[in-house]
Amino acid sequence: MASQDITPVGKDSAKVSLLNDPKFRGYIFQAVAVLVIAGLVYWMVNNTIANLQRANLASGFGFLDGRSGFDISSSPYLAYSSDSTYLQALWVGILNTLTVAFAGIITATIIGFIIGIGRLSHNWLIRKICTVYVEVFRNIPPLLVIFFWYSGVLSVLPQARQSISLPFNTFLNNRGFFFPAPVFGEGAWLAGVGLLVGIAGTFFVRRWAYKRQMATGQQFPVGWTSLGLIVGLPVLALAIKGFPLSFDYPVLGAFNLKGGSQVGPEFMSLFLALSFYTAAFIAEIVRAGIRGVGKGQSEAAHALGLRAGPTTRLVVVPQAMRIIIPPLTSQYLNLTKNSSLAVAIGYPDLVAVGGTILNQTNRSIEVVTIWLVVYLSISVLTSLFMNWFNAKMALVER
Amino acid sequence: MAFDSCVNGRHIGPFFRGAWGAIRQYDFSSVGTMGINLKGQIVMKNLVLKGALAASALVLLANAASAATLDDVKKKGFLQCGVNTGLPGFASPNDKGEWSGFDVDYCRAVAAAVFGDPTKVKYTPLSAKDRLPALQSGEIDVLIRNTTWTLSRDEQGFDFTGVNYYDGQGFMINSKKLSGINSALQLSGASVCVQAGTTTELNLADYFKANKMEYNPVVFEKVEEVNAAYDSGRCDAYTTDQSGLYAYRLALTAPDDHIVLPEIISKEPLGPVVRQGDQQWADIIRWTHYALLTAEELGITKANVEELAKGDSPEVKRVLGQEAGTKLGTDLGLTNDWVVNIVKAVGNYGEIFDKNLGSGSPLKIARGINAQWSKGGLQYAMPIR
Amino acid sequence: MVDSNLSFVRTEMLQGQTPPLAERGVVKWVRTNLFATPIDSVLTIFALLIIAWFLPPVIRWAFIEASWVGPDRSVCATVAQGGIQPEGWSGACWAYVNANFNQFMYGRYPIEEHWRVNLVGIMFVLLLVPLLIPKVPYKALNAITFFFIFPIVAFFLLVGGWLGLSYVETPLWGGLLVTLVISFVGICVSLPLGIILALGRRSKLPVIKMLCVIFIETIRGVPLITVLFMASYMLPLFLPPGVTFDKLLRALIGVALFASAYMAEVVRGGLQAIPKGQYEGADSLGLGYWQKTRLIILPQALKLVIPSIVNTFIGLFKDTSLVSVISMFDLLGIVKQHFSDANWASPQTPISGLVFAGFVFWIFCFGMSRYSLFMENRLDTGHKR
Repeated sequence: MASQDITPVGKDSAKVSLLNDPKFRGYIFQAVAVLVIAGLVYWMVNNTIANLQRANLASGFGFLDGRSGFDISSSPYLAYSSDSTYLQALWVGILNTLTVAFAGIITATIIGFIIGIGRLSHNWLIRKICTVYVEVFRNIPPLLVIFFWYSGVLSVLPQARQSISLPFNTFLNNRGFFFPAPVFGEGAWLAGVGLLVGIAGTFFVRRWAYKRQMATGQQFPVGWTSLGLIVGLPVLALAIKGFPLSFDYPVLGAFNLKGGSQVGPEFMSLFLALSFYTAAFIAEIVRAGIRGVGKGQSEAAHALGLRAGPTTRLVVVPQAMRIIIPPLTSQYLNLTKNSSLAVAIGYPDLVAVGGTILNQTNRSIEVVTIWLVVYLSISVLTSLFMNWFNAKMALVER
Repeated sequence: MAFDSCVNGRHIGPFFRGAWGAIRQYDFSSVGTMGINLKGQIVMKNLVLKGALAASALVLLANAASAATLDDVKKKGFLQCGVNTGLPGFASPNDKGEWSGFDVDYCRAVAAAVFGDPTKVKYTPLSAKDRLPALQSGEIDVLIRNTTWTLSRDEQGFDFTGVNYYDGQGFMINSKKLSGINSALQLSGASVCVQAGTTTELNLADYFKANKMEYNPVVFEKVEEVNAAYDSGRCDAYTTDQSGLYAYRLALTAPDDHIVLPEIISKEPLGPVVRQGDQQWADIIRWTHYALLTAEELGITKANVEELAKGDSPEVKRVLGQEAGTKLGTDLGLTNDWVVNIVKAVGNYGEIFDKNLGSGSPLKIARGINAQWSKGGLQYAMPIR
Repeated sequence: MVDSNLSFVRTEMLQGQTPPLAERGVVKWVRTNLFATPIDSVLTIFALLIIAWFLPPVIRWAFIEASWVGPDRSVCATVAQGGIQPEGWSGACWAYVNANFNQFMYGRYPIEEHWRVNLVGIMFVLLLVPLLIPKVPYKALNAITFFFIFPIVAFFLLVGGWLGLSYVETPLWGGLLVTLVISFVGICVSLPLGIILALGRRSKLPVIKMLCVIFIETIRGVPLITVLFMASYMLPLFLPPGVTFDKLLRALIGVALFASAYMAEVVRGGLQAIPKGQYEGADSLGLGYWQKTRLIILPQALKLVIPSIVNTFIGLFKDTSLVSVISMFDLLGIVKQHFSDANWASPQTPISGLVFAGFVFWIFCFGMSRYSLFMENRLDTGHKR
């Protein structure tokens, strides 16, 4: 049809019906879509108002300032009690979510890289073990993995009175992992300053070493220097002040170990489950990434005289990372979202705390909204960061 | 499948955060606006909203007046009863999926009152979190799921129609592991297992605070999870309503090792709940309860109800609807022999109690304050006349 | 002149010698695959140690010590716990899985109606197998039957209420039945919806594009559990007062919407991989948008992403286990519910039930992933660049 309409040059010579004009049809189509969606939303809003009125329910976010009345088992960062507000309870939940997600991401990455490299190993046994690991964990629901860890952790670990003693005054029992809590005395701030100076120093040393290598080809032991700066300076600072640092050691109380710091079994099992589950996916990504780097690259590196270590570190990994990072971001986000399964084993994350509040106050719309907003923000921030990282790693073309 | 949600996500993030700020500022009288923000669509003008609110309020009034649960139930042909997901003695399904228990018998009693047939009832197992929303949305007709009568629940659009079981929150511990402990006041420093989002959780916090004790709450969504955690030794103590403690004890690995501590730290009047605004339906549930109590008081049992209906005690005849020209049942929207139907189906209050919770059950809970008022208890039926 | 008998060149080939012992057979395999370098040797020994430490206890627990049949928990508990097993016994309690097997498969679906579920299952397999084998003809007919006719037939068979079949309401459904129903419906809905969303996202119409982007990115940015909570708590609020929604249907809507957002991204990947020339070619033939999409673009794009689609299905199948959190009794939900069954409470019950559920999930997911791999190899023909 369209090919037959060979029209002479001219503005209004085309006598196409308005209905057949793609532009016009586009407008109509969009207008209809907007109307339908707006109508649907209007209808739902109306229904919601009617339902809430019928149920005589209040609404709005003012309730967040009310006293929560319930306790939360794990609030490592904020002082929280049953006198705190709902808003504070939610903050505790958000921080707990972030903690378990952050810890999980680190371990999942480590395990995932080990397993992924293991799947490419020349060693048959290692390869098979890694394959079995990946195939088992990839094909089981994460919720089930969490339950496995939870019942496993609880059934293997002993009662509080038969705690397993580990080095450095740490203890393990079915109430969690107990370790000494540092108590900073007068003048401990200097250690913090030392740490900051150490980190800043490392940064400058690295830049200087890089420049020097570019200019002269001489290498400088950056790794050892950095370690010395980051660990040594705070220790030195403490030594100057006469070690104003003591530890609060856990001791056995009537029911449980008292004092010190503790990590509950809920956190441990959620953290382990998320790490192991996500690691299986990361392993596959890593494997695909490394295999995606052409063999010629490492052969060329060998030809240049680089040994196996530097070849991997300087040639293969940087190129593999370009393939790995985008799907890795998805996995990090998945892990963060899967941390919401904490609700099933009672770890007070955002969803669990929100669920309790939903129950106590009956504010389902508000609570669900908060969930969505928080998770969306986390997703957006994580992908912004990873995109920045990806851009940094991307091929710099001339 | 490159990941690029952030590019598009950037549109969403600030929008939501902005909306969040706005919402925090303005305590909406209606949640409706939230629906809009949530969908991420156009935010309507406030005016439109208020108009909509007023209009829907009008529609609503008419709606509420005509919302007769009894008619709905009769039209459906069965009663949809919300019960516990599995609390032995109150409501639990057996291997074949048949429900039994104290609360279940109440559901059957209501079905018997409405239909004359106790089997015309369907059960919706509900967790603590789901129960009130389920009633609110009309998914169930009545909620008989050991729900505590509180002011805030009453004013949130629900009506409690009576107290079928006076309960109180208690503690259970493993007496074998914690042999020295015989009072809840010795529990300072303990880990306590509790179900999330219940009044139990709030009472627990209040009790330990009031007695200046410390504790570590171990909170789960579902009863099964709390049970499993307590049984595995995750917690030192388990707290919930005392009746529940007795029931859950049965499902522990070694029930005899566990004892229920004597302290009762709260009042937990449990009763059936209906939606507010349907007086007739609330009355039916309320008077079903009183009928069960009255039957016990008058010695009417499952076995002798038919015989007594033919007897000549005026009080019994009045209750059983055998008086000439009586309108007690029909005024309630039922038949006049409704009490006969109820008692024939499930027995009287005492029989239900004994069969499910008392001496005739594995729980062996004493009647205690749930005895008739004439026997020193709190159960007091309003006269049926 | 020349003695022809004298020959310095062999006329026949010499038989090849067998390689030295270290370079052939098992020994060579072991040398190259297990002990190639010192580090390899260390790793191998380390791995062997791990296996030796890990495998025997697992086999002993799962097979040798396990109790396979029994009437109640006594076969799974030690004497001290009130059972018959010796002190220190630790084995899987398959007897518990055995006794509740029907429940795990069908939930509380009435036993006399199980044949209906079985029939649906047989139909499912009979339609699915030929669809999966590439050589079997009549793919289009098969697909239409499987995706359009079969769901309708299955719906009427499972729900009943016609042709003399008794009505079985969805709260009675459970176990693997619910898991499979949710995932099948999720798959059937999410694929077309995902295609539409993906097309919308690549549309040139800004409003359509924006709506699709908002939907996809919002859903993908939040956990499934919040979507399920939304579906189960907020959906009833969005509907006119009095209109209620089946709980299973609510979960279905949540899962299907969630899966379709992910499916949309997979399909979009396929659409982006189609070279621009294909679009231009279709345009030059004078095809309209829908003709172009249906005849040229989608067939190629979908073929490209079949492995990813199957992977999304695997994810969807695993995600169905989350409905147990909103108190639905899918396979995982019902296994967990039976932990508190007083008949079977023993220390070994939970882990045995979880292992069983994990095994069932694993079989399905592993099967799907193998199929995805098979298709990937099969389709790996023309388009790989």
